[in-house]
Amino acid sequence: MAAVATCGTGAGSTGSMVAAGSKNNVTSFQRRGPRASGSDSSYSRLVSIAGTRPSVRNGQLLVSTGLPALDQLLGGGLAVGTVLLIEEDKYNIYSSLLFKYFLAEGIINGHTLLVASAKEDPADILQELPAPLLDDNVKKDFDEDACNHKTAESNIKMKIAWRYQLLPKMEAGPVSSSRFGHYYDVSKKMPQELIEASKWHGFFFPEKSSSTLNIEPCSLTHGYIKLLQFIQNIIYEEGFDGSNPQVKKQKNILRIGIQNLGSPLWGDDLCCTENGNSRSLTKFLYVLRGLLRTSLSACMITMPTHLIQNKAIISRVTNLSDTVVGLESFIGSERETNPLYKDYHGLIHIRQIPRLNNLIYDVSDVKDLAFKLKRKLFTIERLHLPPDLSDTVSRSSKQDLAEPSKLLGPGCGVMAGGKKHLDF
Amino acid sequence: MFPELNNLLNTTPDRAEQGKLTLLCDANTDGSFLVHHFLSFYLKANCKVCFVALIQSFSHYNIVGQKLGVSLTVARECGQLVFLEGLKSSVDVFFRAQAEPHPLQFLRSVSLQPSPEVHAWEANAENLQPLYEFVREALKPVDDGEAAWRCPVLLVDDLSVLLSLGMGAVAVLDFIHYCRATVCWERKGNIVALVHDSGDTEDEENNILLNGLSHQSHLILRAEGLATGFCRDVHGQLRILWRTPSQPTTQRDWSLTYQYKIQDKSVSFFAKGMSPAVL
Repeated sequence: MAAVATCGTGAGSTGSMVAAGSKNNVTSFQRRGPRASGSDSSYSRLVSIAGTRPSVRNGQLLVSTGLPALDQLLGGGLAVGTVLLIEEDKYNIYSSLLFKYFLAEGIINGHTLLVASAKEDPADILQELPAPLLDDNVKKDFDEDACNHKTAESNIKMKIAWRYQLLPKMEAGPVSSSRFGHYYDVSKKMPQELIEASKWHGFFFPEKSSSTLNIEPCSLTHGYIKLLQFIQNIIYEEGFDGSNPQVKKQKNILRIGIQNLGSPLWGDDLCCTENGNSRSLTKFLYVLRGLLRTSLSACMITMPTHLIQNKAIISRVTNLSDTVVGLESFIGSERETNPLYKDYHGLIHIRQIPRLNNLIYDVSDVKDLAFKLKRKLFTIERLHLPPDLSDTVSRSSKQDLAEPSKLLGPGCGVMAGGKKHLDF
Repeated sequence: MFPELNNLLNTTPDRAEQGKLTLLCDANTDGSFLVHHFLSFYLKANCKVCFVALIQSFSHYNIVGQKLGVSLTVARECGQLVFLEGLKSSVDVFFRAQAEPHPLQFLRSVSLQPSPEVHAWEANAENLQPLYEFVREALKPVDDGEAAWRCPVLLVDDLSVLLSLGMGAVAVLDFIHYCRATVCWERKGNIVALVHDSGDTEDEENNILLNGLSHQSHLILRAEGLATGFCRDVHGQLRILWRTPSQPTTQRDWSLTYQYKIQDKSVSFFAKGMSPAVL
C-alpha cells in the first residue's frame, strides 16, 4: 500500500524512513518523507494516481468504494492494500449492488479491474454496471428526488429545536464536482464505450477449473488456489508490485472484486456442513492480504456469512480482513411490514475498521445505520424511529418500539425525511 | 511504551523482569496497542527482540513505533530487532517453491481432513518446528564475548492467526512450550504473545489455546470492550493479572482492572468510572 507523507506526523528525526537498500519500492505501507532519496518522481506520481486521495488522518492512499456515504463511514475511503469484506444480505440484492458500485467506480476512474466470480461471467457483470451521474446532470436530477429540500433546510438555523443542530449530519446529497466518489443511476446501464475503454480481467471459476495447477496441492480448495494464482499473475505481469523487471512501474490501482466467496460454487463446503474444511477460506484470505499489502491494489469481497454454519469461522474471517461491513435487508423478514422501518430498506453494520499505521482510527459515533436505495442514490442514515402519532397507542407497537430502542443511539436524527406532514 | 502502563505494571525499561511469559488477550476489542507497547518497551530496554508479526506489515509497526519513540528500521539495521513479516513471506512461500526450509512453510503443507489413520507425527505434518528453529536462531547469544543486548525477547502478533492457517491448537501450544524452554528458561528472556478471545462464539481450538497459555503465563493483560457498548471516551477495559505458575499457591494471584482511552501517541488509564469525560 502506498502512503503519502503528511505534515502532522513529524515524530522521527530521521530523514528517510525508507528501509535501506530498497529500490523504488512504494508498495508496502511506507511513508515517504519529502527528503527521501531519489524518489521525488514516484512521490509525486503517487499523489497523482486518478481516483485516489490521501487520508487526512495518517496519509494512507484511499480509493472510493463507489458509494460516497460508505466512504464517509469508513474514514474517507478504502485504503489501498486492504480488504473490504461485505457480509451479504440474505438474498444478495444489496451486496451485489455494492459490488457493482465498486467496479463502476473503477471504470470511471480508469483503474484496472479484476472480477472474480463463480456464479456469473465477469463480462456479464460488467454489462450490468450502473451508469454514472455526471456533474452537470446532478442538480437537475436531485430536484425530482425531493432530497434538495433537505440540503437547503440544513443551512437554515433551527430556532425551536436548536439542540438538533449540533448533532452530526450524514451526507445525503452529492458534493458538487467530486472527483473522488461518484453517484450512479441504478436504472440505467453504464455506456458501452466506457466499458470497452477500460482494462479488466475476468476470472470465471467454471471455465478455469479444468486447467492444471502450477503449485502442488495444499489444504486450500482448488478454486481458491486458482484464484490466488490468477491474481498473483496479474499483479506480477502488470507491474502492480514493481517486482517484475520487464514491466514499467505501474501507476494505477488494481481493483479486485470477488463475489460470493465461500459459497459452495467455489468448491468450498463451508456453507454446507458444520465440519467443513475450515482452513481453506482463512488461508486464502491470509495469502490474499499478503498479496495486497505488497501491491497497489484494493479488494472488495462479498461473502454469504449467513450461510456459514460454523460461527467460529466468521470471527476468524473478520480478524483476517481489514474492513468488515454487514448488510441486513428487510426483504422477507418481519421488519418489512413493520411501520417503524418503512422508510428504509435495510440495516448496515460497520463491524470492523482497521487501525492502519496508527493507534487510533476514525470511528463514527453513530452505530445504528440504515440504508435506503432510491433510483439515483443509495443513502446511509442514522436509524431513527418515527414518532408514534396514533391516538390509541396499541400494544403491538409498544413491543416493537422496545426492541429497536435498545439499539438506538442517543437523540434523534436530524434528517427526518420522508414524512412531509412532520416537517416543522 | 506508555508510561502510564509502565506505572501500572510497576516496571521500567531499566529493571525489566526476566524469564517471564506475558499473555496479551483481547475480547471484543482490538488489543494491538499492547503489542506496540511491549515492542517499544523492550527496544528501549536494550533487549534483543525477535518479532514474529503475522498480522500487519513492517511499516505499520514502524510508523506507530516512531510515535512511541523507537525506530524499527534503525533497530533492525543494527541487529537489535529480528523481524519476520508474515504477510510478505507468505506470498513468497506460497507462490515460489523454496529449497531451504522457511519458517512459514506450513502454508504449503498438505493437510488432509483429520481422520483416524493420519497421525499427528507424520513427516510434513503440521507443526511449527521451522518457526521454532527460526526463533532459536534469531535469539542465539552472540559469541563475541561482550553482551551487547540485555536479554532476548520473543514477541508474537498473533497466535490466533496460526490457528486460521491450519495449525492445531496443540501444535501452537507445543511451539510456545519449546520457545519457553529456550528463551525463558535457558536464556533468561521473555515471551509476549497476543491471542484473540473469541468470546461467545464457540471457537474450541482458540479456547484450548487461550486456556493453555493462561495457565502457563506469569502476567496476563486482557483488553475487553465495555460491557455496556461503545463509548467515545472510554475505549475499553484492561484487566491485569499477576500469576505465579510455578510456585505453590501461597501467594494469591493478584489482579487489577482499569479503563483506558487510546490517543494518538499514548494511552491513558484510569480507574473504572473515573474517566475524565465523566468527572
